[in-house]
Amino acid sequence: MNWAVVVPLIIFFFIIFGAGFWSLRFVKKSNQFLHEYFLGSRELGGFVLAMTMIATYGSASSFIGGPGAAYTQGLGWVLLAMAQVATGYFVLMVLGKKFAIYARKYDAVTLIDFLRMRYANSRGVVFISAASIIIFLFSAMVAQWVGGARLIESLTGLEYTTALFIFAVTVLIYVIIGGFRAVALTDMIQGIVMVFGTLIILIGTIVAGGGISAIITDLATENPNLISPFGHDGGLTPAYVSSFWILVGVGVLALPQVAVRAMSYKNARSMHRALIVGTCVVGFIMLGMHLIGVFARPVMPGIDVPDKVMPLITMEVLPPWLAGMVLAAPLAAIMSTVDSLLLIVSSAVVKDIYLNYINPDAEEKRVRRMSLWVTSLLGVAIFTAALSPPDLLIWMNLFAFGGLQSAFIWPIVMGLYWEGANKYGAITSMLTGIISYACIHNLYPHMLGVHTVVFPVIFSFMTFIIASWLGKEKELRPLKSA
Amino acid sequence: MSRDSNQKDPRFKIANREALIGVGVVLINFGWWYGFAYGLGSGSVEEYTYVFGFPAWFFYSCIVGFVVMVILVIIVVKYFFTYVPFEVNQSENESEGGQE
Repeated sequence: MNWAVVVPLIIFFFIIFGAGFWSLRFVKKSNQFLHEYFLGSRELGGFVLAMTMIATYGSASSFIGGPGAAYTQGLGWVLLAMAQVATGYFVLMVLGKKFAIYARKYDAVTLIDFLRMRYANSRGVVFISAASIIIFLFSAMVAQWVGGARLIESLTGLEYTTALFIFAVTVLIYVIIGGFRAVALTDMIQGIVMVFGTLIILIGTIVAGGGISAIITDLATENPNLISPFGHDGGLTPAYVSSFWILVGVGVLALPQVAVRAMSYKNARSMHRALIVGTCVVGFIMLGMHLIGVFARPVMPGIDVPDKVMPLITMEVLPPWLAGMVLAAPLAAIMSTVDSLLLIVSSAVVKDIYLNYINPDAEEKRVRRMSLWVTSLLGVAIFTAALSPPDLLIWMNLFAFGGLQSAFIWPIVMGLYWEGANKYGAITSMLTGIISYACIHNLYPHMLGVHTVVFPVIFSFMTFIIASWLGKEKELRPLKSA
Repeated sequence: MSRDSNQKDPRFKIANREALIGVGVVLINFGWWYGFAYGLGSGSVEEYTYVFGFPAWFFYSCIVGFVVMVILVIIVVKYFFTYVPFEVNQSENESEGGQE
């Protein structure tokens, strides 16, 4: 085992644990368990908010799969990745103040709470939302855990199963004991590690490659397409690359794990600050990480498993002790995504299903115990699923993101900004979004040359308008009699 | 809660305007990104010009584009975004009363 690499990682794990235990004090003291455990009592300041959004969103795909794809595709993939600069400001500007005000008015703790209140307590809305959150995020988590375990495996030389076990136990412990506040705090630490990690690995790679000019010349000599916007084989068309603006740029506001953070800020000042910090940080990390992937090609040619590019290039260009410290960055990215997903799925089960429909009068103590058990059991289930890992990390992850976006984008956006939105529109558009996404994904991926997510988003928009309009008369009647 | 009270809430006028600004900013961002990438990058690779070692299309689209967006976001937030309270009780004190 390479101790110079492992020791900094162990220190990192201990810091993360510390944040979990610190948050435990708040969970214990709070007399509103649900607000504290699932939302950190809406006390997030600007910096923590920005970092937790980025850390949650920047996952295994941005730190492992993304650089791997950039290694294969060249600068065209960095261009595609830069669509993500928009997530830094767009989510907060659009959900922004209105979502925060509604969330407080409705006393909403989860995204589903908001949708339930907005769409007249509709069981259909709650059921479809909860089901899609549980199914899609479960598959996203499996992909992330596999990523985390692979990373630990390649760093320490431990067996995959052991690596997965270490990863799972760490994440579970701090999520279970600390809840949302622990997740946000560890996200902040992880976000900072991500920023410095990106910077150091990038510099190391440029130095190892003999400067930017030399690297670009090497790439152009190997294959001129690597420095064009069109990818190594010319396969990245403008239409395809642009359509990623929906998937990784604007559509991100519909991801429950991101949207819920727009409920958690303390005040408008925190939100404003998060807007600026978020844009800087997300842009820097995305640019840096994907450039590392491209620059790694002339430095370490012939890596056949793209997912291994990041750990391999880091160990190649940095001294071992520094490699250990910065390799905590991708690990941090994965952990910080997983912890939020875990919490979102738990909240869907405990708050949205159990407390809404099974036992509305459950005592505080029972809810506490229930939350801890649900989170633990979910962890065990994901662990089991991740034992026989699927191959293509990035695509599984994007499948989950696209499915959730197709389902939630219009119920959230129209619910906030269109008076005429009603539950008929919400239910129809969610079903249309999910079903058309699944069909297109399996039958015609890249229909008309764009990413799979584009058409489901358009279809669900149209059905939302039509169904809301048709259902208008129906909805007015019970309101009048009430 | 009736829809009328929501429309009257003065905070929502601000929120709606800010959301529209967000859409405007993202359109500018996309235009810059797309224009420089495919405007400068579509020709043959042999004829590329370079800035700081990067192909010009990449430098202007991805690197300058990112810096421009950061500046734009700072300007928008400092000069066009308004502070509003989020709490329910605070808003009730401010509106003409009778809300909810």
